[in-house]
Amino acid sequence: MNQILIFGLASAAVYAVAASGLVVTYTTSGIFNFAHGAVAMISAFVYWQLSSPDAWDLPVPIALVLTLFVFAPGLGLLIDRVLMRRLHDAAPITRLVVPIGLLVALIQIASVIWSPDDPRQLSPFFDGKTVRFGGVNIQYHQLIILAVAVVVAITLRILLYRTRTGVAMRAVVDSRDLAALNGVSPDRVGALAWALGCSLAGLAGVLIAPILALDQTQLTLLVINAYAAAMVGRLRSLPLTALGALILGIARQAVDYNSAHMPEWLNWVTVDTVPAIMLFVVLVVVPQDKAALFGQRKDRSRVPNPSWRAVAGAGLALIAVTYFMQDLVGNKTLNTVGYGLALGIVALSLVPLTGYAGQISLAPLAFAGIGAAVMHRWGSDGNPLALVAVVVICAAVGALVALPALRLKGLYLALATFAFALFCEQTVFPRQQGFSQGTAKIGRLHIGGFTTNSDRANLVLLAVSFVVLGVIVTALRRGPFGRRLQAMKDSPAACATLGLDLTALKLQVFALSAAIAGLGGALYGGWRQQVGVEQFSMLKGALPGLPLVLLAVVGGIAAVAGALLGGLLLAVVPLVGDYHPELRDLMTVLPGLAGISLASNPDGAIAQTVSEVQANIARFRRRGEPKDESIGRRVLTMLLPPVPRLVPERIPRGGSPSAADVAVIDGELGLDWGRCRDDPRNA
Amino acid sequence: MTALADETAPASAPEAHEGPAPLLQLTGIRAAYGRIEVLHGIDLLVPRGEVVALLGPNGAGKTTTLLVATGQHPASAGCVHLAGRHVNGARPDDLARLGLCTIPEGRGVFRNLTVRENLVMASYRGVPVDDVIQRAGERFPRLKERLGQVAGTLSGGEQQMLAMARGLATDPGLLIIDELSMGLAPLIVAELYEIVAGIASEGVSILVVEQFARTVLGVADRAVIMQHGRVLAAGAPADLEAELSAAYLGAST
Repeated sequence: MNQILIFGLASAAVYAVAASGLVVTYTTSGIFNFAHGAVAMISAFVYWQLSSPDAWDLPVPIALVLTLFVFAPGLGLLIDRVLMRRLHDAAPITRLVVPIGLLVALIQIASVIWSPDDPRQLSPFFDGKTVRFGGVNIQYHQLIILAVAVVVAITLRILLYRTRTGVAMRAVVDSRDLAALNGVSPDRVGALAWALGCSLAGLAGVLIAPILALDQTQLTLLVINAYAAAMVGRLRSLPLTALGALILGIARQAVDYNSAHMPEWLNWVTVDTVPAIMLFVVLVVVPQDKAALFGQRKDRSRVPNPSWRAVAGAGLALIAVTYFMQDLVGNKTLNTVGYGLALGIVALSLVPLTGYAGQISLAPLAFAGIGAAVMHRWGSDGNPLALVAVVVICAAVGALVALPALRLKGLYLALATFAFALFCEQTVFPRQQGFSQGTAKIGRLHIGGFTTNSDRANLVLLAVSFVVLGVIVTALRRGPFGRRLQAMKDSPAACATLGLDLTALKLQVFALSAAIAGLGGALYGGWRQQVGVEQFSMLKGALPGLPLVLLAVVGGIAAVAGALLGGLLLAVVPLVGDYHPELRDLMTVLPGLAGISLASNPDGAIAQTVSEVQANIARFRRRGEPKDESIGRRVLTMLLPPVPRLVPERIPRGGSPSAADVAVIDGELGLDWGRCRDDPRNA
Repeated sequence: MTALADETAPASAPEAHEGPAPLLQLTGIRAAYGRIEVLHGIDLLVPRGEVVALLGPNGAGKTTTLLVATGQHPASAGCVHLAGRHVNGARPDDLARLGLCTIPEGRGVFRNLTVRENLVMASYRGVPVDDVIQRAGERFPRLKERLGQVAGTLSGGEQQMLAMARGLATDPGLLIIDELSMGLAPLIVAELYEIVAGIASEGVSILVVEQFARTVLGVADRAVIMQHGRVLAAGAPADLEAELSAAYLGAST
């Protein structure tokens, strides 16, 4: 019993360190750092590189200092500089997926540098030394972890609430503009926050890695466990976060200890699923912090509304291209295009849900997996009637998941769906017959005598399905349902006062989205003819699913074409690496880096292109009319040297108005005062 | 208020000055949101030690003028001078450290921070934290009782007091207030303007933007009326009755 307590405490302490880092980045930057675990992971690898006898073999203290005080904060500064600094005005979904892109990119970078095929081992601090306490042996490493957790918690508490810098960090999250008006440089404070957060992540990574394997995905996922702990503290309270870590650590050990005597009906509770279950339960049960909504930014993203002519043209073109695809490209590319189309359908499920209604879900691939599982059970011979079962079951599950999550908004909703997806991946899918080996058979559809057994027919089937679903989604956007969804996104309060039933509306759109994703999964299975857990996994496997949401946002979350682009990108990007091995490393990192582009065009690639083409046409049409500002002038303004930082010479106080000033204000009004000689543009 | 054609006044403002420069001077400011220009050449001046009211109906461009003056929005043309210094393109945090205090539209408080922490934020302009808290407590005893309370839970008037306290405890040279009265009861607005008058008597120059003219005119030394992104008229408040009704009611003068 005591042994459980000690092990539970030690893992709780690691979660506490990781979770407090998460809380600090969130309270000081306003961005939930999904990549926190990945930063921990890569720091652990760097530490291994520096300290391991198999690598550079530096003394432990030097390696620690270099990792925690040079590498990790440096990475934080880089992340802030390149990504986060541009995100403070972005839509909630963009702020959420850019760190996801970072997470994926970091995992891939680490895999490129430290090949996962070579086993590595980090030894614990003071390896082998133990102390006996209360009848159990405690390793020094465990004691160190406990001590570090306590010190980190106290230091952070003092830093955030008792120092001016800490208050400034929280103030910048509260209101960036107002902080600047108070003389705080928001950029500098943000950089500091990221440096600090990444150092804490690095600390957690270095502490966990010796206990666990030094493995890219495992380490990243383990810190995801810390999400559950951080949620107990509602991402702001450090003491409650520590409590959450404690509950999680002990609960996992208890489940581990009792795993042999777990009753049959509870066998889905395992060591691996405890964090996901706890995350979901905590999100639903603990009331959403009202104060957290104060600083919430408005979602100003646009929803495109293409003309029917454009929709019909694009749809027919897509079907035609897929029909001739087989004649144009090799087998491998054909396969990839098929995946891309199917994933496009899965991504399409986000268009009404996230694009129109502003509800963020990270679980589209989980619903796709459910769709594939249903198809496998009832339609493995290719019976199209099974698609009806897919739609009905996925819609029902979607509504069921949405029901407890109805009150949740933004980040909290995203995390709840994330927990659901993890749960599916860990428990639901492996239990489906054939899924854990990846050999669940799904036959290709046949309707009467017409079969889609050939690749050509099946690819066209995918394209037709995408077009039909895309047309339905577009029609919804134009009709009353789509209008209500967008109204709900813009102002839930206004909708409620107009008599809209928001609960029903949310359930409907969640069900619709899940059904589309399920269809996508079923068709994906038909194209591959054989599926397993790996195809519907968030982070593991050859084609991890978490970037799908990211790429759908990159394409344009509110655009049907954006969903297709996202799906195709996810499938095609690794293919480029296959054909051009010299680009492979770049390609594995690309989905993550795509997030960077989001910072500059938050509406996505499609919307950006369309609006630029429209602007060019408009400019062309207005040729004769006066221009706003000449391009030469604009370039000149941009090229002028930046205004140097002001010498801190205070504005004088008091004094009486000069006669000249009074004369000007009383006499010269409306007169053009002429050009100011200080303006460099007038030089 | 004299006619525009008055030929005795100095011709070109920035060059013609003798003695100390005015605290704030905007010259030919143009500003745009995207392609829509909202300020079409604003000339505005805050003399030393005076309270200037910037008035005008909704959408006249008052707030944009303030955003340009405080470095929060770029001017597409024209110049901003602060105490004689050309400050175009300077960052708002740099301006704030010079002693420019801005109370933005709609409660300039950090809602998730406590009253005390809000006051701590004021210490970035060179006054020690303890002094800030002490001075705020002297001027607003009500805040002193609530140092530990989260600012978002204060009443509207108390939040506005906190915003002003935060600004004032830091010895600003120029105070810029946007829509002090927004959403507040008339009695509280009157109370707040008494405080503004008190601040002005200490020698702080003030630029205050208001949509509703009456309350502020009792305090202001000068008034500037804006309409459609241009300055319509300016002068002593008593001389501007006609222009005021023109701006707000559309009556012709």
